[in-house]
Amino acid sequence: MKSRIPVILLACGSFNPTTNMHLRLFELARDHLHQTGRYQVIEGIMSPVNDNYGKKGLVSARHRIAMAKLALETSDWIRVDPWESEQETWTETVKVLRHHYNESLRVLQSKKEFMRNKHATERTTGDSLSCQQPVLPELKLLCGADFLQTFKTPNLWKEEHIKEIVEKFGLVCISRAGSDPSQYIKESELLAKFQHNIFLVKEWIQNEISATQIRSALCRGLSVKYLIPDSVISYIAHHNIYTEDSERKNEGDLLQPLKLHNTTINPLND
Amino acid sequence: DPDRKTEVVLLACGSFNPITNMHLRLFELAKDYFHETGKYKVIKGIISPVGDAYKKKGLISANHRVTMAKLATKNSDWVEVDDWESCQSEWLETLKVLRYHHQKLLSPDVTNSLPDAVPLTKLGRKRKQEPNRHHPIKKKNQSPDVKSVPQVKLLCGSDMLESFGIPNLWKLEDITEIVEKHGLVCISRAGNNVQKFIYESDILWRHKNNIHLVEEWITNDISSTKIRRALRRGQSIRYLVPDVVRAYIEKNNLYSPESEDRNAGVVLAPLQKHASDSKNQQALN
Repeated sequence: MKSRIPVILLACGSFNPTTNMHLRLFELARDHLHQTGRYQVIEGIMSPVNDNYGKKGLVSARHRIAMAKLALETSDWIRVDPWESEQETWTETVKVLRHHYNESLRVLQSKKEFMRNKHATERTTGDSLSCQQPVLPELKLLCGADFLQTFKTPNLWKEEHIKEIVEKFGLVCISRAGSDPSQYIKESELLAKFQHNIFLVKEWIQNEISATQIRSALCRGLSVKYLIPDSVISYIAHHNIYTEDSERKNEGDLLQPLKLHNTTINPLND
Repeated sequence: DPDRKTEVVLLACGSFNPITNMHLRLFELAKDYFHETGKYKVIKGIISPVGDAYKKKGLISANHRVTMAKLATKNSDWVEVDDWESCQSEWLETLKVLRYHHQKLLSPDVTNSLPDAVPLTKLGRKRKQEPNRHHPIKKKNQSPDVKSVPQVKLLCGSDMLESFGIPNLWKLEDITEIVEKHGLVCISRAGNNVQKFIYESDILWRHKNNIHLVEEWITNDISSTKIRRALRRGQSIRYLVPDVVRAYIEKNNLYSPESEDRNAGVVLAPLQKHASDSKNQQALN
């Protein structure tokens, strides 16, 4: 029997704040991959973006990480990773993918070492199976359909990065009923080439809880109960995170990737 | 007294099979809406799951549905579950449930049995204040403190409102009394047909001031049907229903292809009840 390929799902984003919809993406992606019969999702990682990203209304990573942790308290397979937010500056998504992939290999390696040492002392037949070469895990980027569309935004992505993401890693893209990202993929030569590595998952139970709407509701004193976890609501209230002031943060600024790529692509501009 | 707000109790009737985050959102949206008008104060929310005698396809035992709703509202400080409706041996018209809860608010010590749920007379009608008046005119048959009687309003989605048009599902006089004497709070998605539906019905139009339309901007289409479908297919329902509800469903293995087949081919109770009554051939429009 062919064993399933272990998969780690990585979601990058602002998570400003984490909503039930973000959490749903993981559940939908896992179900989908499991139902192909070829994969076994072993882990989910939420990676909140660095403060340096410069997005309007982005509150401190310290809070966004804390909220994600609270939101994931009841999950036994998804965790939040602060690495990206702890870097000196904003990091390209492909680099975050590379980091987590290398980390997973490192973990796998140390597990193998552990098992090897274990078998040196205890020889039981049951353990002989785990001495077999474990299948290397694959790390896939989990996202919504709108994320896919951003590949088109000028200067937001480097072409070679997009290629590495879809070729070496893979995408699991959740879209709502009514939208059709497959059309978009067909129209892009690059994406079409690697479409076998782009998993499209349709979300039939519409649940479009945008973080922007959540922040807006909070600023207006409206309820967001049952849209984001209760523990996150308490945290937000306790620390008074989202206010009119917080919404104005980075107002008028260019997103960091746009700033970076603008200079490299147009070196002659003053 | 312009500062005195009218107290409102929101009553949601339905299958709650199972209860979902969307059901719970209805209460939050309605409460925010009323508070923003500055004229109302929502003091309580009541979830009243329908009795098994409703005979809807896929409807599982009321015991489970009530338990799940209670689990879901455990940490709510204003929404509660009432099992009176679900305990009745026969299916009850929604209006009767409204009357029951209204009576209960008027006289909380009296436990009402089914025959006592009498139609409201003028007691429940909100008194319109003339601009310069400070005191409502007191009538002999009115309770002394008219303003302090909370109103019980039916909380629903646009599907329930539009179901008023389904032949034999509702009695015309029930619809009339619901909108005239109690009121409706209808939550619907942006881009819905509810306003048009109200416009096309003389009865609803006449009482449109007592039909509060609340627009739900955050699309949240978590229907119980979809939850049951996901469960049958072994798919995750996490973050769509409260975690305690998910755990309860899992532990008791509540939803399956077999449970979905319950009442298959059986006529829905209200349809059965009204079909024979020729008076009910009146149309809503």
